[in-house]
Amino acid sequence: MSRRRHSDESDAGSQPHKRRRTSEPIEIEDRLESLICRVGEKSTSSLESNLEGLAGVLEADLPNYKSKILRILCAVARILPEKLTVYTTLVGLLNARNYNFGGEFVEAMIRQLKETLKSNLYSEALYLVRFLSDLVNCHVIAAPSMVAMFENFVSVTQEEDIPQVRSDWYVYAVLSSLPWVGKELYEKKDVEMDRLLNQIEGYLKRRQKTHVPMLQVWTAEKPHPQEEYLDCLWAQVQKLKKDRWQERHILRPYIAFDSVLCEALQHNLPPFTPPAHSDDAVYPMPHVVFRMFDYTDAPEGPVMPGSHSVERFVIEENLHCIIKSHWRERKTCAAQLLSYPGKNKIPLNYHIVEVIFGELFQLPGPPHIDVMYTALLIELCKLQPGSLPQVLAQATEMMYMRLDTMNTTCIDRLINWFSHHLSNFQFRWSWDDWADCLTQDIEKPKPKFVKEVLEKCMRLSYHQRIVDIVPPSFTALIPANPVCSYKYGDEADSSLPGLAMTTTVGNAIKNRASNEEILIVLKDVPNPNQDDDDDEGDGFNPLKIEVFLQTLLHLAAKSSSHSFSALAKFHEVLKTLTDSDEGKLHILRVLYEFWRNHPQMISVLVDKLIRTQIVDCAAVANWIFSPEMAHDFTRFYVWEILHSTIRKMNKHVQKIQKELDEAKVKLEKQQNKKQRDSGDEEDMEKNSEDEEGQLEEQIERLQEKVESAQSEQKNLFLVIFQRFIMLLTEHLVRCETSGIDINTTWYKNCIERLQQIFLMHHVIIQQYMGTLENLLFTAELDHHILTVYQQFCALHL
Amino acid sequence: MSIKLNALFSDSYVDISQYRDQHFKGNRYEQEKLLKQSCTLYVGNLSFYTTEEQVHELFSKSGDVKRIIIGLDKVKKTACGFCFVEYYTRADAENAMRFINGTRLDDRIIRTDWDAGFKEGRQFGRGKSGGQVRDEYRQDYDPARGGYGKLVQKS
Repeated sequence: MSRRRHSDESDAGSQPHKRRRTSEPIEIEDRLESLICRVGEKSTSSLESNLEGLAGVLEADLPNYKSKILRILCAVARILPEKLTVYTTLVGLLNARNYNFGGEFVEAMIRQLKETLKSNLYSEALYLVRFLSDLVNCHVIAAPSMVAMFENFVSVTQEEDIPQVRSDWYVYAVLSSLPWVGKELYEKKDVEMDRLLNQIEGYLKRRQKTHVPMLQVWTAEKPHPQEEYLDCLWAQVQKLKKDRWQERHILRPYIAFDSVLCEALQHNLPPFTPPAHSDDAVYPMPHVVFRMFDYTDAPEGPVMPGSHSVERFVIEENLHCIIKSHWRERKTCAAQLLSYPGKNKIPLNYHIVEVIFGELFQLPGPPHIDVMYTALLIELCKLQPGSLPQVLAQATEMMYMRLDTMNTTCIDRLINWFSHHLSNFQFRWSWDDWADCLTQDIEKPKPKFVKEVLEKCMRLSYHQRIVDIVPPSFTALIPANPVCSYKYGDEADSSLPGLAMTTTVGNAIKNRASNEEILIVLKDVPNPNQDDDDDEGDGFNPLKIEVFLQTLLHLAAKSSSHSFSALAKFHEVLKTLTDSDEGKLHILRVLYEFWRNHPQMISVLVDKLIRTQIVDCAAVANWIFSPEMAHDFTRFYVWEILHSTIRKMNKHVQKIQKELDEAKVKLEKQQNKKQRDSGDEEDMEKNSEDEEGQLEEQIERLQEKVESAQSEQKNLFLVIFQRFIMLLTEHLVRCETSGIDINTTWYKNCIERLQQIFLMHHVIIQQYMGTLENLLFTAELDHHILTVYQQFCALHL
Repeated sequence: MSIKLNALFSDSYVDISQYRDQHFKGNRYEQEKLLKQSCTLYVGNLSFYTTEEQVHELFSKSGDVKRIIIGLDKVKKTACGFCFVEYYTRADAENAMRFINGTRLDDRIIRTDWDAGFKEGRQFGRGKSGGQVRDEYRQDYDPARGGYGKLVQKS
């Protein structure tokens, strides 16, 4: 298709251009895109008349804009699944008017399906399959050929030596299309469909479900079992079949056009062989269906469809798709969710809240960044101020009641969400309703949750605010006033070692002493660890670290910026003092001692110490697992520090890897250029040789850097897992010998923190599975601990 | 296969605003280029009492914060209700524009906007009295921002 050229601003020095005519091809294409994308949105006319009108317009434009129209329709099929039936109807109408176009569209869709599967775009592939299946309802595709494609999909379950997640996807693609097309396929090919479903049933019975406990938000079966997604969908399809495939929720505009559509000629899908499995295929991970509401929860109004009803599946699918389409624009997303078609027949607010929390709590991780869900819920509250806040409060109350069996990772996210949400609503909450937690041991999930929420609320405000917002009875749960603890202050015991030195050091710092001068001053600090003479005094000296760091931090305690400046200014001193592993561990201890009432300061300063390479990541891990930190081991801030540390390590490796890849690309370009330019003048050739040599050197250096970084990364995970294994084994052995139940509050927390390491960093950890299995997660390990590892492995099988 | 469908997926929260720094050293085009690549956000409508730590806690929700610079009254050298937040990556800053802009900090709706990059001197208010320009002329009483506007106070 040729475009008429016309001059515009981008033509430098062109002749004055003619006035643009109103129907330039580019403008027409944009208009087509706009028309197609917007059909189905709020309009003064009915959907049917809009579709009819649009079909007419597109039919008229087919001669000139066919390929553009094909591309747009293929795109909406792939990325607007929430409007599936609107577009299948449109395609149906076009096919009825132009059989060839229908055929070309089907071919283009098949090509697209192949490409998405090859590119690991499995959710898009799923939408394409669903679209194709709904085209059967629109008389575009002949039912028998659809059944044949489904048969090919299900035969993947017979393949040998494939990851389970591969056959899972193909089965899911078939089952999840049945709400749309089950009825039609059964009417035309019931024998084949029965056979298909039997095969699927057999597969579902024999597939492994080791991964399920790791993905469940709650460990309890009541009130709502957290079902594996394929099991749930199977139950829903069974029920649909029992109801003779009567499905009443899906909006089907094509029904109104039945008389036109049934006159159309259908196309046969070409035989479709699923692309073979390859090692770089990345199939979607399994998930668990999140349920927190049922029909008893919505007090009045429409009834919530049951957990095994197909309506529930379709509603949840559509709401997830809307969020996927509009997550970047929270106002639009909220508006789209609230204008869900058919909303008057369902308790929409409950579905929305359930779907949003389902995503937020999804394991291993939410599909979108956590803070998006907070912002989205705030927008929803703004749009439905009379109803949504109440549903949200009800949900929060329910989740509080079920904290005892909630996965620790999910509790973390709940704490973050709830505190951030409250900070947008003046921290108003009926805390008295939760007075039951006050009589429980403070380590139990409910009081712990309230305590951590209040700590987070304080970080977003200030201490006195928290005191003001909770009833006096909650005093024990209020966080400590975040002030520093200077051990060398005025009330210090005069016999405290190093006390006198702190004044000297303090004065030196105030008088803008240099790093060297400080080090000279510190030479006078005795080393409590050493009996023999150490003239140089260069060994690890814990007292030096304490005297210097406590004094420095005290002078810089005003704000984090002051502390950062202080650390930067005396970087050299700190590096010298912490040259050994013991030194690194000790600086963290001193930091903790000084800021123990202000976990946020500990967190930001540990971050700074890592980034300025005063401590390494392994030192932080060792510090967290050290006996001195045991009493804070179950506190949220400790895990935030550890995960942040792991993330920094991961980003570091990625960064160097990227530099290496870029250097390699540069070298390739240079070599190609050399080939092209060979035969040029001597000095040009020499220059390019020099450049090449430099690049090769650089690549070698970067290669070493990458290997060294990966080694550090692997070591970090080894340290962490090793420490977990030691701690957990100790506990299990102790319980066994004393005959106590292993399932203490501490144990649940610890084992779920181990799980959390796997879940939050699963992509990286996968690289090191071999080492982990050989060194740590061997068959000799207690089965309680080994199970966590096995569940993790099952996620990728 | 990949067709963008511009009609649909706008990302308007990330767009640059109409504001241009009048003190910027360079032309409009250069400023806009920097704004479109920036990892730094200007944050406005803060309470004078909002601390760096509070800002850090909130803005960390969209990614690791590299640096926070609290805006100061040029004369008093005390906080005057704005700050800069710099991220390590553009993507993290974009998420702040999408999900933190327009929400509350210290009970106030804060506003974030792209900044071309912090330069020494930009941490000071540019109002005649030393604070921000907006506090020179406003008529309302805002206890978290020094009470009445400066003009009202002087009269």
